[in-house]
Amino acid sequence: MTVLAQGVEGSNPLLNITIFGLFVVITLAIVIRVSRRATSGASDFYTAGGGFSGAQNGVAISGDYLSAASFLGIAGAIALNGYDGFLYSVGFLVAWLVALLLVAELLRNTGKFTMGDVLAFRMRQRPVRAAAATSTLAVSFFYLLAQMAGAGGLVALLLNITDKTQQGIVIAVVGAVMIAYVLIGGMRGTTWVQIIKAVLLIAGAGIMTVWVLGKFGMNLSSVLAGAVERGGQAGEALLSPGKQYGKSEISRIDFISLALALVLGTAGLPHILMRFYTVPTAKEARRSVVWAIWLIGLFYLFTLVLGYGAGALVGPDAIKKAPGAANSAAPLLAFELGGTVLLGIIAAVAFATILAVVAGLTITASASFAHDVYANVIKKGTTAPDDEIKVARITAVVIGIVAILGGILANGQNIAFLVALAFAVAASANLPTILYSLFWKRFNTSGALWSIYGGLAITLVLIIFSPVVSGKPVDPVTGRSPSMLQDVDFGWFPLDNPGLVSIPLSFLLGYLGTVLSKDNANEDKYAEMEVRSLTGAGAEKAVSH
Amino acid sequence: MSTTESSPPVGAQDWETVRSSPEFQDLRRRLRSFVFPLTGVFLSWYLLYVLLASYAPSFMAVKVLGNINIGLVFGLLQFVSTFAITAWYVRYADRRLDPLAGKLRDEIEGGSA
Repeated sequence: MTVLAQGVEGSNPLLNITIFGLFVVITLAIVIRVSRRATSGASDFYTAGGGFSGAQNGVAISGDYLSAASFLGIAGAIALNGYDGFLYSVGFLVAWLVALLLVAELLRNTGKFTMGDVLAFRMRQRPVRAAAATSTLAVSFFYLLAQMAGAGGLVALLLNITDKTQQGIVIAVVGAVMIAYVLIGGMRGTTWVQIIKAVLLIAGAGIMTVWVLGKFGMNLSSVLAGAVERGGQAGEALLSPGKQYGKSEISRIDFISLALALVLGTAGLPHILMRFYTVPTAKEARRSVVWAIWLIGLFYLFTLVLGYGAGALVGPDAIKKAPGAANSAAPLLAFELGGTVLLGIIAAVAFATILAVVAGLTITASASFAHDVYANVIKKGTTAPDDEIKVARITAVVIGIVAILGGILANGQNIAFLVALAFAVAASANLPTILYSLFWKRFNTSGALWSIYGGLAITLVLIIFSPVVSGKPVDPVTGRSPSMLQDVDFGWFPLDNPGLVSIPLSFLLGYLGTVLSKDNANEDKYAEMEVRSLTGAGAEKAVSH
Repeated sequence: MSTTESSPPVGAQDWETVRSSPEFQDLRRRLRSFVFPLTGVFLSWYLLYVLLASYAPSFMAVKVLGNINIGLVFGLLQFVSTFAITAWYVRYADRRLDPLAGKLRDEIEGGSA
């Protein structure tokens, strides 16, 4: 039993590190190779010169989107909470229709590098770009911190390192490799890391899915039966909704709030938006989303089988006892199926996942700072492109270091809510502003500022005064409150997820800010924006090599 | 380095001319009349699913085939509808949007060269 208390049983840390090291070496070699082809321009660093195909970009998008949280987290949630874990994945998938129908192509046609390009298109450049960058940096920071802290937990889980200092060293190594990817490869290198990772992740999950189904005669119903049987008295409840969210009226409303943020947040995530600029045309941007939808949908179908499979083959008791609890469901299932080697592969894939996602976030945040804040707000558009790239590289290093330090500090903290927070900010501050600026002629600078800053502020305030930060009752089993802060309670907002309040309010603020201001919308620029967004005339072309 | 500088050399007047042209208005109508209602449909369909999962768990727990219950079928139907809407939109865009958008783009960019 002592082994179990330290790491996942059957885990061979040396093997896990070796496989992961192999991934790092191979991807770094590829990053260096593709970076030789790069030109020195800004468009190459930020968007690989728009030179990826729709299919390549679609795979990279799924690599950017499927974080360790969605692999380990959802599989674990399904194993322990059954159907309620599945509800997450439905929201994460349906969300892509917003991107496909309303955002991707129009954004590709009107922007160049960042979300700020589109939002500031027909507004006063400096204030709107500053706002867009603020929101981009906030979302990226929350998301980044969640990923890096998750890396700490994963280290404990898979490499059998329980000492906080040693975990810190591993987090620092992960951060350093990520900085190397971004500095050497820019968007081109980062994209290839995401492509490789997506292929490994989806293939790995696919193989495990077929394996699990094979053990149950290729019958999903039998997998479910296995999970019910293994779940004992609570087993039957795994199959229907309500185990996690059905406890009270508040928890039901909370779930609806979460669902809203998931479905509207995706198309406002800056690191996803930026990926649409890496393809040459709007049509390729459309193709990217189509690829992403198929791959992400397929992947979530796999996690459904993996989650119930882990419930059936590993059992909820063993999962709960393992370090990392729910997060260990997929690794434990891998060990159950394919022994130490498959566990090693899945562990390495989970690490690769973190690496690829943080690299994507870092390049997005650094592009937004260099392009929106430095070049357009501080230098008022007079900077040389080389200077801008230098600033972007320095920013990437700074963000990388902040992520490492934040990850080390947050290691072991209960900050899973940060991902939900990132989605809530994206859905509240970004999406209303994007939709208004693409579709509403009257929308103006003050409307944009109201919806971005208002959405950001409301979301943050509601989170700070919500139960995730303080005031949840102490859990008798662990002796700790599930809230982030212990022994204090200054909360007054009843929901964990602010979306239900913050999203409608942000839309309202964008409307009020527009109609109450004396600003007139710039009609000429709106005509240009509308024609360009729909026809692609004058859109940024791919850089030919 | 702002975005607007990359515009083709077309005067502000010309953008407005293109915008008010019947072809462009047609393109705009085709896009909006497709994506807005469809967005309403898939969001309502998703919301229905979420509400049923929250407030009608016993309905969702009714088994239809072996251990597969209505909730699971409903969830999987969300996947199916997402894939179907994706395919439908791609087909629509290929046939009804791209040719018109391409024609307008060529006119704008060709006319200003």
